[in-house]
Amino acid sequence: MDIASQTVKARELRADVLTMLYKSQSGHPGGSLSCVEILMALYYNVANINPQDPHWEDRDRIVLSKGHAAPILYAILADLHYFPKSDLSSFRQIDSHLQGHPDMVKTLGVDVNTGSLGQGAAIAGGMANAAKYLKKDYQVFAILGDGELQEGLIWEASMAASHYKLDNLTFLLDHNGLQIDGTNEQVMSLGDIIAKYEAFGFSCFKVDGHDIQAIVEALNAPTEGKPKFICCETVKGKGVSFMENQAGWHGKAPNKEQYVQAMKELGVEVNV
Amino acid sequence: MSDAKSLRVAYGEALVELGTKNSKVVVLDADLAHATMTSMFADRYPDRFFNYGIAEQNLMSAAAGFAHSGLIPFASTFALFGAGRAYEIIRNAIAYNNTNVKIACSHSGISVGEDGGSHQSIEDIGLMRLIPNMTVLVPCDPIEMKKAIAAAATINGPVYIRVARPVVSNITTEDTQFEIGKVVTLREGTDVALISTGLMTERALHAALMLEKEGISTKVVNVHSLKPFDVTTIRQIAKSVKGIVTAEEHSVIGGLASAVSESLVGTLPQGFGFEKVAIMDTFGKSGKPEDLFSYFHLTAEDIANKARSIARRK
Ligand SMILES: Cc1ncc(C[n+]2csc(CCOP(=O)(O)OP(=O)(O)O)c2C)c(N)n1
Ligand SMILES: [Mg+2]
Repeated sequence: MDIASQTVKARELRADVLTMLYKSQSGHPGGSLSCVEILMALYYNVANINPQDPHWEDRDRIVLSKGHAAPILYAILADLHYFPKSDLSSFRQIDSHLQGHPDMVKTLGVDVNTGSLGQGAAIAGGMANAAKYLKKDYQVFAILGDGELQEGLIWEASMAASHYKLDNLTFLLDHNGLQIDGTNEQVMSLGDIIAKYEAFGFSCFKVDGHDIQAIVEALNAPTEGKPKFICCETVKGKGVSFMENQAGWHGKAPNKEQYVQAMKELGVEVNV
Repeated sequence: MSDAKSLRVAYGEALVELGTKNSKVVVLDADLAHATMTSMFADRYPDRFFNYGIAEQNLMSAAAGFAHSGLIPFASTFALFGAGRAYEIIRNAIAYNNTNVKIACSHSGISVGEDGGSHQSIEDIGLMRLIPNMTVLVPCDPIEMKKAIAAAATINGPVYIRVARPVVSNITTEDTQFEIGKVVTLREGTDVALISTGLMTERALHAALMLEKEGISTKVVNVHSLKPFDVTTIRQIAKSVKGIVTAEEHSVIGGLASAVSESLVGTLPQGFGFEKVAIMDTFGKSGKPEDLFSYFHLTAEDIANKARSIARRK
């Protein structure tokens, strides 16, 4: 898929996310909309995966460490035919395989359970270390939230990644500046995050997190035997004007009016 | 049955009230102030509120530090990340040296709903009961929440308070007795005793009404204090009925059913009925809270069914 058609795809995926949230009347719009292009860079451009063979042992692993962004992950997995797109409408309902947070036991295409912040990144580190030990070529990508960086576990995992020279491990940070109780700055300031990752021994990159091409280039850049850290500058709630940069849209579903308005902004007329 | 409100809002109000009376009270949270409702305290007393970010181990450790400096910290996050993620910190940095930290964790049980199994703590009562020095309180309604928070502050030592997410009506009154370590009989009856905690007490009362119509007389006993546990009264109650049904929004292992079993083992006559309404050693999942109560057999009807099976015995 060329990058121009991916812009159209990004809009469609955002619409899928909003529809899932509207139908279930729960879930996390802000952080799902902010990492659309990050996940697209991986799933449609870089990662070596095969939707026909979800458990292929040499596949690249993609770990959504900020598991609350599950809606965008599910929208992409459905688009890639891991499961029927019609399943999306069962999101968060009882008996759905699409849980509020990703569940590898229930959902094809999910590489690991996440939802408890900090754990995904650390598990990804273990997967990358195992690949080295098993002499496998697969890469491991983890998508982290900036609030999530406050977990001590992230720094334990980062230290280990560098110690074990995991050049097959990439952390992609969804740097949207917001968490639940406000901005990162208000809640627990992160300081100079690139300087921190450089000090932890990572190869660091900073890109526009809504520019798929730029993310892909950073993903493909050499790492000189180090784990990689890509700081993706993003907008929480990207694509829906009234959700953009609003902490209040972290974990709240749109009502009917808001849904119709949001879909309109994404170029979809809905009658509900 | 008035004043329906979310137990976490009741928690927020109780904190503000306590903070007004006691200047030593400080509140700590981990980027969930708007979910645990400690934000109410933060709005009123911004300089006595400390957000530690998404860092539950640091939250609990820092709370211990505040307590060592003579303050009374209330530390809040979701039950799974407090009682779970920070378990060993609570055990070693707080309880081991009997430190005066109050741990109030919201989003307990399957009533969390759509967020799913990763966020539904069905083991926090068990984890906290296991720790020496710990007091474990599980309020059933907004009035009891207020009393629990006030009582917790009077204890010099660690207290865990379970704060459920849903909106509930008051089933107790301001006059209902609340003493840590004592159960409360909310309804008298002679055939079966329904012993319940937290959100299940409302359901137990509902079950009792259903059973009354069928001629089955049930006693309803609310347990707000899971530790210390009222062994004496539970034994007396067991002597007065044909059987008991325990009801909790928690794993059948480690919580109320365990505490009652531990109290009664060796004291029950042959043929005594002992039934448990609880989550049967399985994880939660996504769904609407009421759908999940049905799915996991935690409804008033489920309690009534167990009571019927006991009452029918000869
Ligand atoms: C261990 C843990 N603590 C707390 C939470 C509750 N929680 C879910 S999302 C969130 C905020 C996340 O902020 P951020 O990482 O910046 O995510 P984003 O802005 O990308 O949505 C919190 C505190 C959790 N899921 N896991
Ligand atoms: Mg963020």
